Amino acid sequence: MTLSPLARRVLAVLTFGVLALIYLPLLVVVANSVNPSQSMTWPPDGATLEWWRRAAHSDGAREALVTSLQVAAISTLIALVLGTLLALALQRYSFFGKDSVNLLVILPIALPGVVTGIALNNGFKGILGVDLTLWTIVVAHATFCIVTVFNNVQARLRRMGTSLEEASADLGAGVFTTFRLVTLPQLRSALLAGGMLAFALSFDEIIVTTFTAGNGATTLPIWILNNMFRPNQAPVVNVVAVVLIVFSILPVWLAQRLSSDVEAAR
Amino acid sequence: MSATSAPHDARPGRSTDPALRGPVDRPGSRLLHRMVWLRLSLLLSAPLAWMVLVYVVALAALLITSLWSVDSLSSEIDRSWTLDNFRTLLENEVYRDVTVRTLAVAAAVTVIDVAIALPIAFYMAKVATPRVRRMLVVAVLTPLWASYLVKVFSWRVVLSEGGLAEWSGLGSPGYGLTAVVITQAYIWLPYVILPIFAALERVPDSLLEAAGDLGAPTGMVLRSIVMPLLIPGIVAGAIFSFSLTMGDYITVNIVGGASQMLGNLVFINAGAANNLPLAAAIAMIPIVVMLVLLTAIRRTGALENM
Repeated sequence: MTLSPLARRVLAVLTFGVLALIYLPLLVVVANSVNPSQSMTWPPDGATLEWWRRAAHSDGAREALVTSLQVAAISTLIALVLGTLLALALQRYSFFGKDSVNLLVILPIALPGVVTGIALNNGFKGILGVDLTLWTIVVAHATFCIVTVFNNVQARLRRMGTSLEEASADLGAGVFTTFRLVTLPQLRSALLAGGMLAFALSFDEIIVTTFTAGNGATTLPIWILNNMFRPNQAPVVNVVAVVLIVFSILPVWLAQRLSSDVEAAR
Repeated sequence: MSATSAPHDARPGRSTDPALRGPVDRPGSRLLHRMVWLRLSLLLSAPLAWMVLVYVVALAALLITSLWSVDSLSSEIDRSWTLDNFRTLLENEVYRDVTVRTLAVAAAVTVIDVAIALPIAFYMAKVATPRVRRMLVVAVLTPLWASYLVKVFSWRVVLSEGGLAEWSGLGSPGYGLTAVVITQAYIWLPYVILPIFAALERVPDSLLEAAGDLGAPTGMVLRSIVMPLLIPGIVAGAIFSFSLTMGDYITVNIVGGASQMLGNLVFINAGAANNLPLAAAIAMIPIVVMLVLLTAIRRTGALENM
């Protein structure tokens, strides 16, 4: 098949055009964080750091940031352990019901967010009768973060093959020694990448969080949602949005770097 | 994997693993080495218990709750079986309208995203040089992980009165269903590009060259060779955008004006209206839709593309 130069050019223009459009709204948010107009009219006339100063002094935003970091850290830890165990089981063994387990892991992200949200809300409030706290958010987040760790580790295990592990066993290493000295070191960057993606996923999540967060725990996205419609808070929300962009893009960029380094070293 | 969790009382004589090779001195390790099923169940028990206890039980409980009702006087949950909630869903026009609207928005978003994603994925996988391709993959992936809420918020800002859309001369549709479709199509686009790109990358170039050499015009190559191989990727991307749109209610709140989707009804009934059973019943609608879709596509192999 040969594409005419015109077709190639049209495709290129389309691709780069759409990509530019994807980044445009995010850039508008960044630009608006220094927009002196409180109602964020476009184009901004001048620049100010007033909103950044106000955001830095906003107790609500700071507390929400700490809550978000706590939730994301704990959920990521749980997801790392459970996702790795699952990946090892599904990639290294075949057993009855394997497909169902595979589907079960995907389900929390394949089903619509409100479904996961209302199911857990109903489970906590209606069935167990527990109050919604930071821990109910953690349980919810860990459940859908498992799949990102699982995907990363499973892909790595598939590429690794089993020959090194077999060699280790042949040379007399026990099951745990082999895992610690042979399997785990090879998984390290996959775990780091999967963990960072899980962290970013949890840090951003809003739909399931609105169903599983009580009055006591406000994550950063919930704080944004609560303050977005207040005219005098909108510029501060805008600044927090920029912080959120940085916090979610950095780990992903690092995860990308990690996996591409590994590709290169392979 | 914990070294202490191996039980020591199981009999070591029942080895099922013929490949028992190295001399192993610790009994726990030796046992695990021999007993594949024991190793497997130790690996599986914790994550499976979590997924079943947290998720499967919660989904089952949701189904049961949808068959309960709320006492209108005491607003306590009445745990006797009834189909009243589902009768309400079928008979009340509001629910029918909102369901149709939600499915229509989800379908529109999916169609738009697939239409935009196809040429972009094709350019990335088959036209761009490897260096540009790597760059494009990162460029598509990065906004995927940028905060969902920030992306919706940014469209609220762009579409606002005196915002970028009005200033640019294109005009803003204002807050409403059109804004919801635009915003959702924007947010889920990377989720559709990536599986299609992955599917395209697996199509060997030699196949396309062979077809070209044998005289097939470009359109025919795309139609009868590329498309069939792309179906799993397209289906995976479509499922993502459809499901994500259907389950969303934050976007509607922020840019949707007064319009509502299924998610809003679920959220209002679970919270302010204090009617968990009805909320559970409404949530059954997207679950049933998704289960039907997932069963229908299972054969296409799209699930492995997710």
